[in-house]
Amino acid sequence: MPRRESPLESEMLAGTLDMLILQTLVLGPAHGHTIAHAIEHGSQDVLAVEHGSLYPALHRLEDRGWIASFWGTSENNRRARYYRLTPAGRKRLLAQTTRWQQLVEAIGRILKPAER
Amino acid sequence: MAWRRFFRRSQWDRERLEEIESYLKIETDENIARGMTPTGAEAAARRKLGNRTLIREEIYRMNTIAALDTLGHDLRYGLRLLRRNPLFASIAVVTLALGIGANTAVFSVVNSVLLKPLPYPQPQQLVAVWHDAPGAAGLVSASGGLRLSPSMYFTYTEQNHTFQALGLWVASTANVTGLAEPEKVPAIFISDGALEALAVPPAVGRWLGMADQKPNGPPRAMLGYGYWQRRFGGDRSVVGRNLTIDSQPTEIVGVMPRGFRFVNADFDLIAPLAFDRAKQRLPGFGFHCVGRLKPGVTIAQADADIARLIPIWMNSWPAAPGINPHIYENWRITPAIRGLKQEVVGNVGNVLWVVMATIGMVMLIACANVANLLLVRADVRQQELAVRAALGAGWGRIVRELLIESLLLGFGGGALGLALASVGLNFLVGIGPASLPRLSEVAVDGRALAFTVGLSIVSALLFGSITALKYARPRISLALRAGGRSVSQSRERHRARGILVVAQVALALVLLIGSGLMIRTFQKLRAVEPGITGPSSLELIRIFIPQSLVSDAERVARTENEIADKLSAIPGVRAVAFTGEAPMEAVPGHDFDVILTEGQKFDPAALPPLRIFVSVSPGLFRTLGARIVAGRDYTWTDLYGRRQVVMLSENLARELWGSAAAALGKRIGTALPGAPSWEVIGVVQDVRQNGVQEPAPAMVYWPAYRQNIYVAGQVQVERAVTFAIRTPRAGSGSLVSQVNQAVWSVNANLPVASVRTMQDVYDQSLARTSFTLVMLGIAGAIALLLGIIGIYGVISYAVSLRTREIGIRLALGAPPRDLSRMFVRYGLALAGTGAALGAGAAIGLTRLMKALLFGISPLDPLTYATVTMVLVAAAALASYLPARRAAAVDPVETLRAE
Repeated sequence: MPRRESPLESEMLAGTLDMLILQTLVLGPAHGHTIAHAIEHGSQDVLAVEHGSLYPALHRLEDRGWIASFWGTSENNRRARYYRLTPAGRKRLLAQTTRWQQLVEAIGRILKPAER
Repeated sequence: MAWRRFFRRSQWDRERLEEIESYLKIETDENIARGMTPTGAEAAARRKLGNRTLIREEIYRMNTIAALDTLGHDLRYGLRLLRRNPLFASIAVVTLALGIGANTAVFSVVNSVLLKPLPYPQPQQLVAVWHDAPGAAGLVSASGGLRLSPSMYFTYTEQNHTFQALGLWVASTANVTGLAEPEKVPAIFISDGALEALAVPPAVGRWLGMADQKPNGPPRAMLGYGYWQRRFGGDRSVVGRNLTIDSQPTEIVGVMPRGFRFVNADFDLIAPLAFDRAKQRLPGFGFHCVGRLKPGVTIAQADADIARLIPIWMNSWPAAPGINPHIYENWRITPAIRGLKQEVVGNVGNVLWVVMATIGMVMLIACANVANLLLVRADVRQQELAVRAALGAGWGRIVRELLIESLLLGFGGGALGLALASVGLNFLVGIGPASLPRLSEVAVDGRALAFTVGLSIVSALLFGSITALKYARPRISLALRAGGRSVSQSRERHRARGILVVAQVALALVLLIGSGLMIRTFQKLRAVEPGITGPSSLELIRIFIPQSLVSDAERVARTENEIADKLSAIPGVRAVAFTGEAPMEAVPGHDFDVILTEGQKFDPAALPPLRIFVSVSPGLFRTLGARIVAGRDYTWTDLYGRRQVVMLSENLARELWGSAAAALGKRIGTALPGAPSWEVIGVVQDVRQNGVQEPAPAMVYWPAYRQNIYVAGQVQVERAVTFAIRTPRAGSGSLVSQVNQAVWSVNANLPVASVRTMQDVYDQSLARTSFTLVMLGIAGAIALLLGIIGIYGVISYAVSLRTREIGIRLALGAPPRDLSRMFVRYGLALAGTGAALGAGAAIGLTRLMKALLFGISPLDPLTYATVTMVLVAAAALASYLPARRAAAVDPVETLRAE
């Protein structure tokens, strides 16, 4: 399925956003608004993006079977679409987190000497 | 997965929208909770979210199969564009439909006749066995080869290594009596092996087998499906019953299935040839041979096999009495086996391919016309395309859109064309020469359908890509700058249309020259004096008196004489006579006699001087309208007295004695010991016995009842004769019933067959030419029309584009006449270039139709000159009409309009 590039979809960032979403959902089901705010807060505003960009990512993750969605009611009684982690998503998160950590370590090792 | 979502994508979109709305509401709620005003809260929420449309679009795109989606768009867009321009669309579709329809119709014929395999199992194994015999030119000229004799069949079938089955056959007729009226029906006589070679099982009963081929055995026959249905209502119990065929009770053993044709012949009966092996001699080369090769055997291998058998054959059988057997060595007989399909299709392939090529050219012209229309339209849309390109439409997208528009036109044209084709096909089958083989098989089938679809697509891509190439990358700045102001046209734009028109004119000229040559051929054929006058007032019928019905030769002659008298008594009948073979009747093959002039020695080692002969009754030449140029006609006294008198054709008399008059009183004969010699009493004008296109052969006209020319003391009579009845009532149904009455009043068991007028025979002789003429004529007319429309279109468009320029020129004092002349000159320049190119192409291409021409060269200067003049005149007219508008331009109006 051909896709056009969007700001969030450049390979690394997209992977990162996916991981962050999955990580957010480890704590339990949440709707889009919650997820957006969680990521924004959790990253201490480093990843301050337009919240709208989240939705295509959610769509993609659901499409791949890593998350599932259902309609529910929000804390303030609004109808909202909730997402939860699927077993496949949990596995994916684990794999990706491991890879990410390896990557970070690798980059860290390369960058350290320069710091000295 | 992707497909499911593709079709549910609008539902997805709604859900996403709802989800995003829900986000906005929650965020707004929270913002309000943080103390913002409701409006401010909502605006902040929207800011936080970002561009909603972009988000939806992104998700929507994830759910689509992009190519399919845009294809749908482009299709809808294309249809909308076409609907907005119904005139353009209908002209284009109709033009294409004409081209595609004509092509589909002709292709269906080509496909059915030439391409489809023959309707027999493993048809590639089937062959027809012929021989070449360059040393026996006189014998093989009529049929294009030497056929088989029964003795050859016995040698070949018993000793070959390459055939699974091999059999002789010959198409003839048989008299069926005892079922209501006596009837003469087409029959195929076969030897053993013929049905086995074709290998089509019978629908009912069994094949004729080896046991049915015993000479003097109990007569047996098979029925054709049509005859079975017609005469027996498809009754299966007919097998085992008796039918009186040629006055003999004959047991029916089987029925062949529907649609089965014997090679190229329709038939009602199949009967055994039942050769008597003991009585066979070398000659009697009158039989067709159909064979089935063993799997994997090539025609070359079979040829080699038969070549090996020819000397064996020559040594195994006695020659005819009085003929030196070594004669056949001088004939230099070699096998010339060909595929059965070639045998069935014959020389009609030539005509069909010429017609197909012509119709193909019409298609090219139609494409050029539509391409021209599209170019004009693209010119008008140039600005729109430029704007779209400026707004970021990729050139691929624009190309695709232009091509899709063309494809829509192509398919529209194809659909309409298919309808036209089925109409046209009826017409084609109607005018097709009766000799066109497999005509009954002609239909628009899957392959023809695929051809139509393919043709639609290919032609659409052809004319579409011309536009696409020229306009897909519009020079945006140029187009936008021009923005509605009609600057003078760029040379390049104009050149494309010019080239198309030149190509159209060139193609049209080729087609017109082709049809011109056919018209001239037809004229030449019409001008031929066939030796017959007033063919439309000559009724022909054929009668056969079998041995079993009347055995005595003189009784046969008297019966025929009596029939002639009865026929003469019919009101309105002016003259009646009969002959063994009417002119142009083309009874398969000719009869030959060995003819020597008195005193000429017969050289046994040389080819005997064979002459075509026909038996005639007294008064035949008067009835036909052929002049007796010297001497006198036969009388019945000559016949009954068995006087040894003979009539010759003028060219034979000239050949032998220098002139018609000199021939009178001279004697001819076979010069065999004891055989009689014959005195020449009359010389007849040359008659085109073999058809209008063939030169009149030198002929001997024997009396229909006479002494045997080879053996003294025996008599000979013509039992199968064609009566010619001269009457203004020829061709009327009332005459036919009176003719039947007259014949039956003489003998109630005699069927009347092959009722037609001489005109029918004459037309049939011209059928191939008139068919080609009509086809090329139609193609030429369409081509001329399309070519003229093309020129008209280009000139009138040029005028409309240059209206401003014309206005300025007029305002500056140019005489209107000069301006219109300028456009006519342009039109003529295009037409002239096209005509010159076309003439060049025609010189090369018309050579291919040489075989179809008669009496003129493919480079006939009169045709070339006339056709070119007609075309240029038409082009001048087509340019003049729009050019006149240029002169009528009102300068004030034009300049103000800008």
